[in-house]
Amino acid sequence: MITTELAIIGGGPAGLSAAISAASLGAKVILIDRSENLGGQLIKQTHMFFGSQKQYASIRGVDIAGILMKDLEKYQDSIEIMLDATVISVYEDGVIAVEQNEKYIKIKPQSIIVATGASEKFLTFPNNDLPGIYGAGAVQTLMNVHGVAPGKNVVMVGAGNIGLIVSYQLMQAGINVKAILDASPKIGGYLVHASKIRRMGIPILTSHTVKYAHGNNKLEKVTLCRLDEKWQQVPGSEFDIETDVLCISVGLSPLTELLWQQGCEMKYVPELGGHVPVRNDNLETSIKGIYVAGDVAGVEEASSAMVEGRLAGLCAAKALGYNSPDLEDKKNDCLEQLNSLRSGHVGEKIRSGLSKVTV
Amino acid sequence: MRIEEHPILSFNKGKKVNFVFDGKTYEGCEGEPIAAALHAAGIMVLGHSHNKQRPRGFYCAIGNCSSCLMVVNGQPNVRVCTEKLQEGMVVETQVGKGDLK
Repeated sequence: MITTELAIIGGGPAGLSAAISAASLGAKVILIDRSENLGGQLIKQTHMFFGSQKQYASIRGVDIAGILMKDLEKYQDSIEIMLDATVISVYEDGVIAVEQNEKYIKIKPQSIIVATGASEKFLTFPNNDLPGIYGAGAVQTLMNVHGVAPGKNVVMVGAGNIGLIVSYQLMQAGINVKAILDASPKIGGYLVHASKIRRMGIPILTSHTVKYAHGNNKLEKVTLCRLDEKWQQVPGSEFDIETDVLCISVGLSPLTELLWQQGCEMKYVPELGGHVPVRNDNLETSIKGIYVAGDVAGVEEASSAMVEGRLAGLCAAKALGYNSPDLEDKKNDCLEQLNSLRSGHVGEKIRSGLSKVTV
Repeated sequence: MRIEEHPILSFNKGKKVNFVFDGKTYEGCEGEPIAAALHAAGIMVLGHSHNKQRPRGFYCAIGNCSSCLMVVNGQPNVRVCTEKLQEGMVVETQVGKGDLK
């Protein structure tokens, strides 16, 4: 059995930031990720980030991953990294079971930060399982990480930030986007992204949904239709688009299995993507010593995931007995950054969601 | 279909290797997910549903959704979206739930 002070599950923007901030105070950390590299979804992001300088604004996601990795190297004596390692269970006594290279490894940490992220939601319509229908994240992985095109033509479902950004990335990679549709009467994503899409001549069809997918063994055509103000399909409004790719980007749901297993108090909060853990201002769940950060605590942007990671790392290290003269300042800085990222009209939904689960 | 030119990204692919899919030899890049190599070769159908054997493709790409389970070197239920391609691998379409050996 391996022992450590802090185990961080998930090496995306939240987990990486948590590892860096906890190690900066002196904590001994094991950082576990199931994929072959750290960075999570950051490595697929070719667009520049928003926010302020502290959240790496104007830097592309893929390059932010590089910056975090460099920071991590500074603490290589305190942080042990386990890659291609899947956490399969967290037992009642706090022992973490990991599968790595077909071996079963047990780790006993004093505290845990769960930063497992989120997975893509699905949309219900006939033939929605046809090959050629992908999650937006899968398309990003395929084209931006592996350099393989998903197909020739794409219809994108969802005009939130992910739908808009992935559409733009598809065009960057030389793949034709025929249309973006969204069930909502309004475009959910930032206007900057939507304007870029419009300038490229891609129609954004609001109040539209997918009625049917057609194809034999792979997608050939989709039938779309209009929705009325009560989000009901308008009879007779159906039309077809020939396409070999349909990309689904209708939101994410937090990957909370390990929190459920631990018995953390959970609450259903639609604004945050589904069931999320009840937590305090230190991002500690209802179980002492188990912290959360990033999308698993509520689906937001990578920018806030990084700040939450930093905060959870500081708080977990402090609870382990580590301290520094500027610890309170650092914590307050994180809280201020989070407030600023969640401010204004865009952050309204997140603020309302968080108010229901923060104790 | 591989993306040959990209305005921002460059792809550091592994060396070319051969693998066999359902009896036919294909070329892919070492270390990329098997599903990416199949996709680049135009093969879209990966797994099949258990009850109705409906064809399933690449959905999540990160080992979450289990829509891409195939038999690799005789082992069933391998998620080919995360399993790395190696020279000489034998990949087969999986029928049913697979047998534990």
